[in-house]
Amino acid sequence: MFPLRLAGLRFAPEGRAVLDGVDLELSGEGISVILGPNGAGKTLLLRLLAGLLPAHGGSILWGNSTQPDGRLAMVFQQPMLLRLSVLTNVEFALRPQTLSAGERKARTLAVLERVGLAHRARDSARLLSGGERQRLALARAWAMRPRLLLLDEPTASLDPTATEAVETIIREIRTEGAKVLMTTHNLGQATRLADDIIFLADGRVQEHETASRFFARPHSPAARAYLQGELPWRIAFDR
Amino acid sequence: MTETLLEALSLLGGFDHRLLQIVGLSLRVSLTALAIGALVGLPIGAWLAVTDFRGRGALIVALNALMGLPSVVVGVLVYLVLSRSGPLGAYGLLFSPTAMIVAQTVLVVPLIAAVTRQIVEDAWRDYAPELSLIGISRRQAVALLLADCRFSLSVATLAGLGRAMSEVGAVMIVGGNIDGYTRVMTTAIALETSKGDLALSIALGIVLMSIIVALNVAAHHVRGWAARRYG
Repeated sequence: MFPLRLAGLRFAPEGRAVLDGVDLELSGEGISVILGPNGAGKTLLLRLLAGLLPAHGGSILWGNSTQPDGRLAMVFQQPMLLRLSVLTNVEFALRPQTLSAGERKARTLAVLERVGLAHRARDSARLLSGGERQRLALARAWAMRPRLLLLDEPTASLDPTATEAVETIIREIRTEGAKVLMTTHNLGQATRLADDIIFLADGRVQEHETASRFFARPHSPAARAYLQGELPWRIAFDR
Repeated sequence: MTETLLEALSLLGGFDHRLLQIVGLSLRVSLTALAIGALVGLPIGAWLAVTDFRGRGALIVALNALMGLPSVVVGVLVYLVLSRSGPLGAYGLLFSPTAMIVAQTVLVVPLIAAVTRQIVEDAWRDYAPELSLIGISRRQAVALLLADCRFSLSVATLAGLGRAMSEVGAVMIVGGNIDGYTRVMTTAIALETSKGDLALSIALGIVLMSIIVALNVAAHHVRGWAARRYG
């Protein structure tokens, strides 16, 4: 499944290129964080990797295969929660796997325990707070034991306490051997979590560096402007 | 007029045996038809919502059109199937409550399936990316979405019951309106009104309306409770 190689990846609905020649190589360890201004195509890149959208050009290679041979999970910015119990919202994701009902329930309860939601297992998922919803979505993904976990702004609109809880879970998932690829606008979070940073702008990967090097010495003008807090439209306007 | 109304209330207050028998049969026929209709219509509607195939659009148009199927037409079709020379004639079901259940089931299945299709398709549009990524099969998706949309679907089911209980043409044709055997509220109202026995007609009308209103009130409260309990 790894290294994951993207070569000349292009996504251009109705001829308008949003991603235009994305080249990237990812190893199977650690947490990679995609940064970039709004509209840079961060979420789109995750959706292309998840196979939810077809690319209009270029290639995605999972090791030597065009299809991932390991499990892949994704947590969306607004995760889908069924009007069912917290327990069922995790358990149903295990139904495609060859597990008995008992194994599914045991794994579900174990993962709910780890994200601190075991006491709410019987409650309706739709009544959870924003932070709890995101933890539930992570629990669902975690229960699937993915080899690659894609996270689309997992802490957007969460308060600092909820954000910290989510970050702790992400670290634990990484520690258990899953590769994490996530997007965020929270630079503090990127500093705390990232092993490497992928900076996306103008439809391309402008930089792919270790996190420490990226934050210390970004070499592209777009990344420097982004880190200094300049507005994305201003960057585009100046160019 | 006042005298007739008082007589109708007296029939209701006195738990008139004939009236109770008619009401009982109506409920038995319509609730059985609804149960079968829901068992068939809910999965069909949900399956149609989550699958994509050639001719799906035409099938949806046909299903929507069948919602407005005239009950007398259904009555005639079921009559032809169940009559002695029809394919199921050997079972001798014509002019029996079973024939009425069959006719009402045929009426409610398209209604429940069409409304279910719309409700489930709206949910599927939101859930499809995550469910497909998880690897949920179509069959599993149908079960999950029916569970997720259960409170909205109660309205579809209620609409089916309304259609079944209020129709007169089909049950008249296949049931024969036999006193004490296949006479239900709607056929009794039609007959008694034509005979000039307005008191029984009004009493049955009051019962029919009360049932429909009570069901709607119950559905309203269930939805309210569900919104508080499940979000």
